[in-house]
Amino acid sequence: MTEASRNPREYALLPQPSEGPEFVQLLTPEGERVEHADYSLDISDDEIKDLYRDLVLVRRIDAEGTALQRQGQLGLWASLLGQEAAQVGAGRALTDKDFAFPTYREHGVAYCKGVDPVTLLGLFRGVSQGGWDPAEHGFGLYTIVIGSQTLHATGYAMGIQRDGGDAAAIAFFGDGATSQGDVNEAFVWAASFNAPIVFFCQNNQWAISEPVARQTRIALYHRAEGFGFPGVQVDGNDVLAVLAVTRAALARAREGSGPSLIEAYTYRMAPHTTSDDPTRYRLAADLETWKLKDPIERVKAYLSRNGIADAAFFADVEAAADELAAHVREGCIGLPNPEPLSMFDHVYAGGSPLLDEERGQLGSFLSSFEDEPALLDSPAGAVSR
Amino acid sequence: MATLTLGKALNEGLRKALENDPKVLIMGEDVGALGGVFRVTDGLAKDFGEDRVIDTPLAESGIIGTAVGLAIRGFRPVCEIQFDGFVFPAFDQIVTQVAHMHYRSSGNVRLPITIRIPYGGGIGAVEHHSESPEAYFAHTAGLKVVTCANPVDAYWMIQQTVACDDPVVFFEPKRRYWDKSEVDTDAAPAGLWSARVARAGTDATLITYGPSVRTCLEAAAAAAEEGREIEVVDLRALSPVDWDTVFASVRKTGHAIVVAEAPVFVSLAAEIAARVTEHCFYSLESPVLRVGGFSIPYPASRLEEDYLPDLDRVLDAVDRAIAF
Repeated sequence: MTEASRNPREYALLPQPSEGPEFVQLLTPEGERVEHADYSLDISDDEIKDLYRDLVLVRRIDAEGTALQRQGQLGLWASLLGQEAAQVGAGRALTDKDFAFPTYREHGVAYCKGVDPVTLLGLFRGVSQGGWDPAEHGFGLYTIVIGSQTLHATGYAMGIQRDGGDAAAIAFFGDGATSQGDVNEAFVWAASFNAPIVFFCQNNQWAISEPVARQTRIALYHRAEGFGFPGVQVDGNDVLAVLAVTRAALARAREGSGPSLIEAYTYRMAPHTTSDDPTRYRLAADLETWKLKDPIERVKAYLSRNGIADAAFFADVEAAADELAAHVREGCIGLPNPEPLSMFDHVYAGGSPLLDEERGQLGSFLSSFEDEPALLDSPAGAVSR
Repeated sequence: MATLTLGKALNEGLRKALENDPKVLIMGEDVGALGGVFRVTDGLAKDFGEDRVIDTPLAESGIIGTAVGLAIRGFRPVCEIQFDGFVFPAFDQIVTQVAHMHYRSSGNVRLPITIRIPYGGGIGAVEHHSESPEAYFAHTAGLKVVTCANPVDAYWMIQQTVACDDPVVFFEPKRRYWDKSEVDTDAAPAGLWSARVARAGTDATLITYGPSVRTCLEAAAAAAEEGREIEVVDLRALSPVDWDTVFASVRKTGHAIVVAEAPVFVSLAAEIAARVTEHCFYSLESPVLRVGGFSIPYPASRLEEDYLPDLDRVLDAVDRAIAF
């Protein structure tokens, strides 16, 4: 491998979003509403204001997650910064009956589906492995193995076909996941069974340090054609366009016309996670380019310029964000450490004598220290615990 | 009473499972019109329809991954992996998703998935068609693992497995598919998680499961001709194990030999030997011995008679234990 080919700049061959008619955009980065031949959005001013509020609140949840990690309250945080419009647009297209299968970065979709952000933070704090009830929210557990959830979503969609529900499944995944076998198997299965599913790929350009050109030599949405269903590329920083294309794809799925792939073209403005250092593999100048395409600023510009929202509205949204941030901080810091013996809970629905035995052994071991408070209080005792 | 082969007993058991619960689905490669390569699902697609007996694309990870989603939607999928050596493309889904989902969700999501795997050697097959991978699954917390050894257990255990709310890997002893016996289809003889004393004896205990149960029963019968009474314990459940039955037998006989086809190194047999040693230490009159496969990839089929534990290797181990 030559030195040049290791340089991400070599991947200037990155599949770029078409400036042509296929790229779906309804709100430009400058905040201008534009028309698209295939996708229109019938939406009121108040609904756009609601989307703006969603975007701001989701960004605030994310900012709190990063801050709490820096303060040592979370072990890790996977920031969605820059992807708010992709997630809110998709999340707000879903009905209560639709079921979303997320990666570990879908905090915005979780917010739209009514999952308390404090519950999400519990996972990153290390007090649970997730723990929310997917059935209650129509929102699956965070899935850390890349692409696994696309098959779960496909199976869920096959279930909808069998029990006649008026619903669709939506699978979230990233550009990196498109190289996984499971994602490609999910495409094959969904096509073969004509399953009511939307594959929602947030192409944020980076799989940790690997640029999207390491995963593909064609635009990702073109992949769908080879599997036998339609693909569309949407401006992932345009909440109106994402809402429109996701609504259309879900409607298509619900009416029995089968799967489709949405490539939401966006950018991961933050590190992969708080453990990552993107200065090692990408240029700061790229961030400056993408800041000009910010998903929130364009909605704000639209609302302001057209006199739809005034300063009081924006102040109200900021106040709501402050309130949510306080809830997230207090809730996160207040999450208790789980009891040691709770590690044995929920391994099986039907229990296991092996776990009963091990629980008993650890319980006896721990309780053997109860008569030794001095040892427990000592640093050495704390370590041995 | 009906006389059934083990394969047909599985077929009848699956038919019952489909009849008893409309949420039960069968899915796998060639399970529909063909009835499976071993005909275990013969006739089920015709009688229950292609929506419930699903011929899948040839993608094992897809079979298990979509079963997860179907289970989340409220279905009870029974997945067929065509042969033991083909389970590995699905290994990631089984180990990272199926096994973890109930735990990950704090008990909110149940995955009542049955994963059927024909396993073991002795049929003269090519590579990947004769393996015994049960230890991988027994090692994985969140999974349960069972195996049947005769038509009665095949008929009942498959139904009990499908009714279980936890994911269960159900290993089928493929070279015993054609073994026949009478099956009482009115009442289950035992629960799913109990071991069975397949033959009572006093001089040594053979602890075994799946295809090796018949081997051990034949060895015990041969030993009886020489005046030795060998007890044979058929584990049935490989995770969790019914230790009480195992320990009671070893405490009675004082000698334990574990027999299975899998390579013995880091095997289920190794775990059994360790546990028996720990719990029956003062009853043992000899070290726990293991008779199984060697530490090689499953050999070419003309070598498998020398690879698989047979009557002579089992009796040799019994001799060594008693002479210790």
